Amino acid sequence: MNLRLSTGPHYLHRESTQTLMLDVIIALVPTTAAGIYLFGSKAAWVLAVAVASAVICEYIFQKLAKRPVRIMDLSAVVTGLILGLNLPAEAPLWLPAVGSAFAIIIVKELFGGIGHNFLNPALLARGVLLASWPARMSVYFMPTRVLGITSAVPAGPDAVSSATALLRPQGYEVYDLLMGNIPGTIGEVCKIAILIGFLYMLFVGTIKWHIPVIFVGTVALMTWLLGGDPLKAVLSGGLLFGAVFMATDYVTNPMLTIGQIIFAVGCGILVTVIRMTKAYPEGVTYAILLMNIATPLIDKMTSRRVYGTVKKHA
Amino acid sequence: MPEKKTSLRGVFVNGILNENPTFRLVLGVCPTLAATTSATNGLGMGLAATFVLVGSNAVISMLRNLIPDKVRIPAFIVVISTFVTIVQMLIQAFVPALYDALGLFIPLIVVNCIILARAEAFAAKNPVIPSAVDGLGMGLGFTAALLLIGSIREILGSGTIFGNAVFGPSFEPMLLVIMAPGGFIVFGLVLGIINAIVNRASARKGAKA
Repeated sequence: MNLRLSTGPHYLHRESTQTLMLDVIIALVPTTAAGIYLFGSKAAWVLAVAVASAVICEYIFQKLAKRPVRIMDLSAVVTGLILGLNLPAEAPLWLPAVGSAFAIIIVKELFGGIGHNFLNPALLARGVLLASWPARMSVYFMPTRVLGITSAVPAGPDAVSSATALLRPQGYEVYDLLMGNIPGTIGEVCKIAILIGFLYMLFVGTIKWHIPVIFVGTVALMTWLLGGDPLKAVLSGGLLFGAVFMATDYVTNPMLTIGQIIFAVGCGILVTVIRMTKAYPEGVTYAILLMNIATPLIDKMTSRRVYGTVKKHA
Repeated sequence: MPEKKTSLRGVFVNGILNENPTFRLVLGVCPTLAATTSATNGLGMGLAATFVLVGSNAVISMLRNLIPDKVRIPAFIVVISTFVTIVQMLIQAFVPALYDALGLFIPLIVVNCIILARAEAFAAKNPVIPSAVDGLGMGLGFTAALLLIGSIREILGSGTIFGNAVFGPSFEPMLLVIMAPGGFIVFGLVLGIINAIVNRASARKGAKA
């Protein structure tokens, strides 16, 4: 008899990085489609350049560094797409190109490639673009078309810049907030599309509900406690997009559920604090990045005792 | 370091290449990050530190047999801070713009670890001339490093070099590069590239031998 000896895990599954990333891309399809519909062909160009730049940079870097070329795992596509969705539709095309290059080369590959980046590449790239070209990044544009039947006035063929929906004192109708008839980046405006993507990822098991739900719930609760309108706080700005697609990045959030809950609560508190202190209108990017940095500490704090070892006394 | 084995030329080149304080020893990182927002600032900081290094190395070498071992660090600091005060007054008098740009970082040259390290490691054990040459080599190595980082940061972050525009008016400079995080990122990248070059060169040397 021929017995083969191998170490665990022995369970084989069709799931691979590629299928996971494909699921994320499918989940991003409604958001992408809504963004392109609302903002027109300019948005499509921004997204295309962001994705192309991410994939090309990954290919070139891996070739130069003599690492195995892994562009087929689709993770660079996801990074580029998420970064593109985080940009205003009127962004000049060098902005997504530079952003994706930074995300892939500096944030991801220089730290060791997929699985080794300690910050979410797309998110840090957005932070870098925001710090480098604030005039380009913090101008929000009203969509050129509207979705659904609404009283909101589309900007028409010439985009009109506007403050983020968070800053408009009278706010917007909940319907327009849901549909995306508000100024914002390509991906963040249409909340319905984000929710469809969220449900898809929950259904196929790409992500668990803890981080997005607790993150958004914390923001709602904090805003309500501080005297704001929780519904509009949740539906304005990039909160839903960040909570669903960026805070859930496997590499940069804690491993255990209890750690993920701490992570999500931390994100929620930071978003509300940054929004309320008024230095920046939107705090989702920095909140998630700060909690990304805290992730190793959370993991250490919540790590389980290995069976059979004695609990350490500090 | 044995006293007579290395030539003056060797001592001089050592500070610029093999033991470049910034890129090979990774000393003096604070001024490297803080004073390199432009090529001019980097060059100014580098030359100021070079002046102090040459002066303090020479004087400490002269006094090396008089300074009791137990109090050598305070004695070194007194010598170093004398030269820093001189250089600070000179910059304030002759290049006030640079004085304003570098601000606090000029008096902080006193605590620059390169200078104390050279006093301790070289000047306290070697005669005057080699010590001064060592200070000059180390100082110029530091200056070259600061000039390189300052130039990269100024070109990307302001679109200029020594204040002259490099690109056309449509270029939008990447502000982050001249902010603090940009200093860390550019320093890290240049350090990485230099390490890669050195590793490749030494691997080639090893293969030949």
